[in-house]
Amino acid sequence: MDRDDGELVEALRRGDEAAFTRLVDEYTPALMRLALAHVPSRAVAEEVVGDTWLGVIKGIGGFEGRSSLRTWIFQILLNNARTRGEREKRVLPFAYFRRRAEEGSAEPAVDPDRFQGRRGEQPGAWASPPAIWSEPEYQLDSAETRDVLLKAIAALPPRQRDVITLRDIQGWPAADVCNALDLSETNQRVLLHRARSKVRAALEKHFEASGLES
Amino acid sequence: MACQELVELVTEYLEGRLSPVDRERFDAHIAGCDACTAYLEQMRMTLDALGRIPEESIPVEAREELLIAFREWRA
Repeated sequence: MDRDDGELVEALRRGDEAAFTRLVDEYTPALMRLALAHVPSRAVAEEVVGDTWLGVIKGIGGFEGRSSLRTWIFQILLNNARTRGEREKRVLPFAYFRRRAEEGSAEPAVDPDRFQGRRGEQPGAWASPPAIWSEPEYQLDSAETRDVLLKAIAALPPRQRDVITLRDIQGWPAADVCNALDLSETNQRVLLHRARSKVRAALEKHFEASGLES
Repeated sequence: MACQELVELVTEYLEGRLSPVDRERFDAHIAGCDACTAYLEQMRMTLDALGRIPEESIPVEAREELLIAFREWRA
């Protein structure tokens, strides 16, 4: 077991309330964000986070340190959130296809139709180039935009959703995300790339639909 | 480097993960391509907007209940 983890786990087992409080305050914001990306309502997300901490209390005695403490806590959350999310949204039959989509290699960052084809003047150059998002016409900070972003994230395959939530909403460094989600660095980056590309595309589509782009 | 190739390298670029050679090719392309400059800027703006989504939390009472559960478990 990692030395810092070892001390913290010992403190928790002793019933050190300050240590538990610090842990709850440190990870609850990220746990809530992740839960919200998997379940349909705030009430359910709060339950999932509460159950996660109860699971930590119950399980800490048997925690063997085969993963880091953080990985272990986030695995409890994700197991809870996925079970609840799938039950409530009834998407179980599609889980297989979603997993395949997540791992398939052919997932271009931008729709290939946006580029000139092989017989174009400049193959691979933009055919319909992206617009310049200048404020105030393009509202990046509005509640509406935030809603578009969160919905786009909720529509991603689960692991892409988890990575972008921790990296870009919570602002965690790559190493911490790899650790929490038990991912290799390369895998993390591939998932992040796909997630970011799709979220940007969703925002572009939203601006287009609001009549901002040609 | 074609534009279609560049958009696939944006994350590695922003993460500082491109090899020096690829980074140079990337920068050279961006310097001469308004469309890819706009794309990169859109990506940066998307990430900024994600980073400004307010922190989440649980209600004070729920946090209090967790501390009580922890105390009771020790007892």
